[in-house]
Amino acid sequence: MREKDYTRREFMRNLSLTALGSLSLPIFFSACSKQEKEDFLQKHFKEMSEEEKRHVIAKLEQRYLEQYGKKFHISTQEAVPGTLWGYGLELSKCIGCRRCVYACVKENNNSRVSPQLHWIRVLRLKRGNLINLEDSEHYYDPEMVPEKGYVYLPVQCQQCEDPPCVKVCPVHATWKEPDGIVVVDYNWCIGCRYCIAACPYKGRVFNWAEPNIPKEELNPSVHYLGNRPRMKSTVDKCTFCIQRVRSGRYPACVEACPTGTRKFGNLLDPKSEIRYLIENKRVFRLKEDLGTEPKFYYFFES
Amino acid sequence: MEKFRQTLKETWHFYSRTLTLVTQGSKIYYAWCLTLLLFIIVGFIFYLKQHEAGLIVTNMNDQVSWGLYIANFTYLVGAAAAAVLLVIPSYVYHFKPIKEIVVLGELFAASSIVMAILFVMVDLGRLDRFWHMLPFIGKMNFPQSLLAWDVLALNGYLFLNLLIPVYLLVKFYYRKGPNWKFILPFILASIPMAVAIHTVTAFLYNGLPARPFWNASILAPRFLASAFCSGPAIIIIIFQIIRKVSSYTIAIEDEALFKISELIAYAMFLNLFLLSAELFKEYYSHTVHIASFKYLFEGLHGHNQLVPWIWTAMAMNVIAFFIFLVPSTRKRLTTLNLGCLLIIVGVWIEKGPGFVIPGFVPDPLGEIYEYIPNLLELMVSFGIWAVGLLIFTLLMKVAIPIETGEFSHVAYVERATRFEEEREAWKISSSGKP
Repeated sequence: MREKDYTRREFMRNLSLTALGSLSLPIFFSACSKQEKEDFLQKHFKEMSEEEKRHVIAKLEQRYLEQYGKKFHISTQEAVPGTLWGYGLELSKCIGCRRCVYACVKENNNSRVSPQLHWIRVLRLKRGNLINLEDSEHYYDPEMVPEKGYVYLPVQCQQCEDPPCVKVCPVHATWKEPDGIVVVDYNWCIGCRYCIAACPYKGRVFNWAEPNIPKEELNPSVHYLGNRPRMKSTVDKCTFCIQRVRSGRYPACVEACPTGTRKFGNLLDPKSEIRYLIENKRVFRLKEDLGTEPKFYYFFES
Repeated sequence: MEKFRQTLKETWHFYSRTLTLVTQGSKIYYAWCLTLLLFIIVGFIFYLKQHEAGLIVTNMNDQVSWGLYIANFTYLVGAAAAAVLLVIPSYVYHFKPIKEIVVLGELFAASSIVMAILFVMVDLGRLDRFWHMLPFIGKMNFPQSLLAWDVLALNGYLFLNLLIPVYLLVKFYYRKGPNWKFILPFILASIPMAVAIHTVTAFLYNGLPARPFWNASILAPRFLASAFCSGPAIIIIIFQIIRKVSSYTIAIEDEALFKISELIAYAMFLNLFLLSAELFKEYYSHTVHIASFKYLFEGLHGHNQLVPWIWTAMAMNVIAFFIFLVPSTRKRLTTLNLGCLLIIVGVWIEKGPGFVIPGFVPDPLGEIYEYIPNLLELMVSFGIWAVGLLIFTLLMKVAIPIETGEFSHVAYVERATRFEEEREAWKISSSGKP
């Protein structure tokens, strides 16, 4: 075949191919709505000025009102000085009823159906075994709890002092607040799920689909870094109910527990209940050997 | 100014002629490209569905949160790193037969890196926030996060593997000798970079104490050893295809292929040795950390989906090792190719799904979920492989004629002059008529 020489037609074709290729990107971006552009360019929460935070909150409240028909109050309240939150869980009292699980889902506006996201998991273990979780049952479903021959081990984010999830996040989308709570900026998370791989406690869940909450069950009292309704393809986790504890209330799971298994308090306050428990009970923390320094203490009656 | 205009004109000419070159070809070339394009389009449509609905449409979940995408990513980083196996002997030791093909090997590395990056991008839930990861523009967690390291290393390696071959090819095109003072530092830098990308990728898994299966210090050496098996094996196959389609005008000698295959034999020995060292440690000490190994090699509590896969991979790797070890089978093209295919598939299973999935099974709270990719994940993955193959094909379409000398600036000028002369001649002859 004779090789064709460079002709005008070829020149035109090459030119138009190039133009088409280089124009497709600006065309794509101009097709985005103003809202999408603003979301796209939104700054990291910690880098926003007070003015910018107010703007973002107003925008979100407006959007939630349109989407859910409810007036939301989104707090950005900062950590109370002199607080470091700690959690206590008395294993001998837990009956495995999962009331904490569902109180948490409701309080924190978690997705309800396909998938239903839980920040607390209650593991059922055969008596005589606690460390090897391989024999644990996550989906036990008896008529009545507690069941004979079993103990229950609730697990949620342990709010580590040296959190591996924060270390691995490639974009600083998750960090430890001054009061020890590990939070996520849902608008900054890129959805790589590296933190899920890094967490030894399965404390993080991913919004595999657009979250799904019945309007009447929405909790409109939310924190920006906590229980505000979230979006698909980002990670979220237990925040010790940041929206509650920073204004002097107990986390929802503590309130919901019918047996008084769950305790909560300020580790820096020598007179707090959690400090009393640590000093007077036999406490242990999950997977202490990994050096993550959890602020979640399990204990037995003694 | 005049010089700048000249450069601009030259660049446009080069670019334009390459575009002409890649849009013309034989029927087989068109069929191949269109097939790849078809896979790309199908993959893209499936990806749009995933983008719309979220990753719920895959089979991944909170238990097994990385799947086929990240498995392919891991494998391809290894394949790309293996290009260094060609660079070291050719540039450093001036081993002539490999030197001629090193440019093609580097372009292969570049295509692999593009695929690896695409696999990460389809795995990202929020691709729209990709810019958060860019240094200076976003908020990169460097040097804490190994993923941030990986972004830098992979892009750096991609840059090197585009710069070096493109520079050399453009010089060939103009029939000029390369300026070694300029390009040699980049070539030398690409050697540690190749080791670095794979080490960093290994460390990405390695640094997670939550996942005992990955938290073994033997991981990075194992990664390198297996990469130096599969990468060169792919390259041996590709080079044979190249010399066929370039109708043997490109001088890839058998000797070069045999040399590469000898290197594969050493690498495979190391790979098998490191694996057995790890197996010994796990099975002899027999702690709770053995669970993932058990899941992979013999099944755990009745869950044994990966068992047939890993034993197939083991058999393939061992057979391939003996093929490459014995000189008579290594130096016969039929057995050599069989060995290459066994290694490509065997290492893919071992390094891809056989490495990523057991890290998640059982999960940190002891739950066992058996993950198997679904149709969407397969189609998106095929689409990305097709993108890589298409990029590589187009690069080859330009690189091969430049290397053989068919496509050069001199030839273009000559033809243009001839064309001009013919037209002049035609003008004279036609003006002679009444």
